[in-house]
Amino acid sequence: MLITYHDGSSREITIIDQEVPYPDGKLIVSRTDTAGVITHANQAFIEMSGYSLDELIGINHNILRHPDMPAAAFNDLWVTIQSGKKWHGYVKNLRKDGAFYWVKATVIPNIRNGELMGYTSVRRKPSRSKVDACTALYAQMKMDVPN
Amino acid sequence: MQTYTLSVSPDFSPEHLSGWFIFNTWLQKSLATPFHLELYDEFELQRRDIQLDKIDLIYANPYDAAMLVREKGFQAVARPANTSDEAVIAVLNSSAYLSVDDLKEGARVATTHDPDVHMMGMIMLEPADLDRSNVIVTPVHSYVIVAKHLLKGQADIGFFLKDAFHDLSGLIRDQMRVLVESQIDVIHHTLLAGPNVQHLIPQLLDNLLQMQDDVKGKAVLDSMQMTGWLKMEQEDTEFMIDLIDTLID
Repeated sequence: MLITYHDGSSREITIIDQEVPYPDGKLIVSRTDTAGVITHANQAFIEMSGYSLDELIGINHNILRHPDMPAAAFNDLWVTIQSGKKWHGYVKNLRKDGAFYWVKATVIPNIRNGELMGYTSVRRKPSRSKVDACTALYAQMKMDVPN
Repeated sequence: MQTYTLSVSPDFSPEHLSGWFIFNTWLQKSLATPFHLELYDEFELQRRDIQLDKIDLIYANPYDAAMLVREKGFQAVARPANTSDEAVIAVLNSSAYLSVDDLKEGARVATTHDPDVHMMGMIMLEPADLDRSNVIVTPVHSYVIVAKHLLKGQADIGFFLKDAFHDLSGLIRDQMRVLVESQIDVIHHTLLAGPNVQHLIPQLLDNLLQMQDDVKGKAVLDSMQMTGWLKMEQEDTEFMIDLIDTLID
């Protein structure tokens, strides 16, 4: 299917209805510049996303965006972090192979000498009850306001 | 000549602490400057002395490192090579719990006042919908006491610094098993210098980075169960502080 991003760019993706369980005890860590381009990714990110480090560095973080995620969730993220605040949320991420994984994500702005330099995102294992609740919520949001 | 104070985060076993006495001797010789090693049994006592500006050089856990840099003007100098801080949630061998998902509301948690290990432990409970509002947390003063709470049936699970868990005597450790272990990789203790010893940082850093190449320095590292030091750039410190921020709700 074709997925279109907020900046108007688009790409063809494969979707597989298969969840990859988030491993216990791991944190996925990444950093981006102010435009959302990935500048740092840890090993857990590489393993869960299915991309190599070379593939991740220099590409926009929205490569992980699953079409089941409502645009409003990401709008909320950007509005929050661009105002200098921390954002929490549950996110369904798209893997390179088309499968998906759920995370509890936290994103914070990186302020250096008073200047915004980028963002740090840390993802951890969510509870199944939160995933189930968000699955229903996001489906409803997509029905109400299709992306 | 002024005597400065070196301190160490109170989350290490006595086996580790003996290495810090040896390190302090090495430190004084290498900088030709007197240092007194001040050890604490409790985090709160150490934090009180930090607030009173009584500590000049400190090997701090990552949670306290963030506070020291932001509030007290400390500068990160170096961190241990090839190691990171990880947490373990352990249960008795006989426990019915086989995974975190088996835990229920009302679970009794034995933990220490070690802030980063407690934070990591609580994060690992989140997949079971557990948080501070629905578990019973008992903070104690050491990892040995956490283990005793488990062995006496006073707690269902215990939070340990991974290194401290493996430092427990075999007799105690063999009665427990690991329910889950963190694999965070990017959070670690840090050696930080306070405002009074900023002038010593360049020489201190040079000496630390050369320790592993020197026979005496290598012996000191061995006694601390370390392989060497890595320089902490300003951005490394800021990154770790950002990480800690993402983990605090």
